[in-house]
Amino acid sequence: MPRRADRPVLLQGNEACARGAVTAGVRFFAGYPITPSSEIAEILARLLPQVGGKFIQMEDEIASMAAVIGASLAGRKAMTATSGPGFSLKQENIGYAAMAEVPCVIVNVQRAGPSTGLPTSPAQGDVMQARWGTHGDHPVVVMCPSSVKETYDLVIECVNWSEVLRVPAVLLMDEVVAHMRENVVLPREEDVVIWDRPAPDLPPGHPDFLPYRPGPDDVPPMARFGDGYRYHVTGLHHDERGYPLHQGSKAEELVRRLHRKVERRRRELTKVEWTVGEHSGPALPEGLAEGRGRGAGRTVVVAYGAVARSAEEACRGLAAEGRDVALLRLVTLWPFPDEACRLAAGLAAGGGEILVVEMNLGQVAREVERAVGARCPVRHYGRVDGELITPAEIAAEITGQRGS
Amino acid sequence: MAPEDGSGRTDVLSYLRVDRFPHLWCPGCGHGIVLGALVRAIMRLELDPRRVVVVSGIGCAARAAGYLNFDGVHTTHGRAIAFASGIKLARPELEVIVITGDGDLAAIGGNHFVHACRRNMGITVVCFNNSIYGMTSGQYSPMTPYHAMATTAPYGHIERPFDLCALAAGCGATYVARGAAYFPARLADYIAGGLRHKGFAFIEAVTQCPTYFGRRNKMPRGVDLLRWQKERAVPVERAARMTPEELEGKFTVGVFRDTEELEYTEEYDRIIALAGYREGGESGCPAPGR
Repeated sequence: MPRRADRPVLLQGNEACARGAVTAGVRFFAGYPITPSSEIAEILARLLPQVGGKFIQMEDEIASMAAVIGASLAGRKAMTATSGPGFSLKQENIGYAAMAEVPCVIVNVQRAGPSTGLPTSPAQGDVMQARWGTHGDHPVVVMCPSSVKETYDLVIECVNWSEVLRVPAVLLMDEVVAHMRENVVLPREEDVVIWDRPAPDLPPGHPDFLPYRPGPDDVPPMARFGDGYRYHVTGLHHDERGYPLHQGSKAEELVRRLHRKVERRRRELTKVEWTVGEHSGPALPEGLAEGRGRGAGRTVVVAYGAVARSAEEACRGLAAEGRDVALLRLVTLWPFPDEACRLAAGLAAGGGEILVVEMNLGQVAREVERAVGARCPVRHYGRVDGELITPAEIAAEITGQRGS
Repeated sequence: MAPEDGSGRTDVLSYLRVDRFPHLWCPGCGHGIVLGALVRAIMRLELDPRRVVVVSGIGCAARAAGYLNFDGVHTTHGRAIAFASGIKLARPELEVIVITGDGDLAAIGGNHFVHACRRNMGITVVCFNNSIYGMTSGQYSPMTPYHAMATTAPYGHIERPFDLCALAAGCGATYVARGAAYFPARLADYIAGGLRHKGFAFIEAVTQCPTYFGRRNKMPRGVDLLRWQKERAVPVERAARMTPEELEGKFTVGVFRDTEELEYTEEYDRIIALAGYREGGESGCPAPGR
């Protein structure tokens, strides 16, 4: 890769995704053409051989997910990219990666569904599928960028988390962010933090080597195929040797560990951004939630992806007019940022409300309701016609002037 | 070649995870014979066991991956070839062997099979063809003979089976052979030929399922089905001199194709060179924990 200068480059979201992946150390990509994600494959077909990596366009979505898992077992950081229908097709093998603990990143550029839906029109209808798309109680990490720069950053985060947790990670984009072009200052490669999967501390052939014995962080170190460890990988419930097992208690222990390894890192994993007045950052300004009845008349908007950009503009505009609004932008969707939502509820408690704005019929809104319980009312504004929700719509929704 | 007597057996067992025995295959099943032929082929070529990766799908045959003492991955139903393609492309120096069944390969995995034949990546696929879905107790597969009985064909099967070798050859596979459990030594020859071959190799191993195919088709014992194989197998050289009428109800065995064409991962290395990458500049395949 040519050395980057610290000057802005005009990048499309999908291009930032592809370049971020290369920076993160992805050296294998398998995919299948589908709009609006195809640019990621096209760019990686060009970039990967330049760094000694491999690109292959497989015969279908299922095969591309399978090839990615195979390449990861052989030691490569591996990724695929797709959109709604393709994401559906990949689900069985995503579950395999979760069960066999094979690191891999799946980029899903969401488009309007169900089914073939509105190709190339944006939507956020795959939030629940990203969490629960494959059968069984499986762990997953899902992150959702709102900008081109954040796409670059989060694909690196997804690769990093996928490697250290040995879990499939989903970068859940939407068509707006994927096809939007923005000026971006990319970090110098030496400034990017790269994590690798944990390696076995026993040499190949050591009699005590157990391929699925977890470390203290509940993640088993991962041996690379072809290095002489000669171990077995299966989607069946398995013991620490990797061999199939049929005992119920051992099976439960495995599933609980798969979840525990992600939950242990929840605090680092769940990223959000607050925008209140001029303040913008991962934490709330101090003192905001204090004082009885402070929340009266306050609206805390919860949004993510491209919609959060509209929400930010709406909130800034209303705040400038003196209205009491705050924005909680979700960056990580799974594990779900319960704690941030409860903080939002604290802000809105005592007469305010949370307004969840998303391009679906309430997939995140119901999670917010679950997280906040009875602390404050949660209202939902959604749209599923393939149109991005505008700042004006959100402002009208907040001020109650919508449709009046 | 390894001897087939007692001393040779010890060697075969050294390639197997005997701590996994007893295996799950039924009495009279031919899968052990095919697995033995595969191990003997690997032994004969003196492949480095640390460099062999076995990839399987779902079904009775697929469980063989768990009995072999190599790196192995027991994947999802039908997808073994696609997983194997990722492994081979990521590390072309590995010997990647796919173990699959007739349902796994030709039904749910059919698309991956035909494209792998076309792509000519250096993977060796051994299909344990027992004409039935054994693990799910006897439903018809794409290889169930016309008019045979199956649990999902209680009045007789009305679909024609594939000729898997003709299919593979038609799709561009560069090594294609068929053997049978009744002829284990020759089956090992065919598999060794596939392992030696540089491109995509496909070996169909006709094998028997007395439990779910034989019992429903008046051949309840393994030996009945082995006799069926013996009586119907015709070497490809002899078949060339026979009329279609004489070949009715028979199946051909032998090597149908063995041609040298550019192998995919070598072609991709050319792409990497074209793109300007130089070895040693940046590690293309970092060791774990780098």
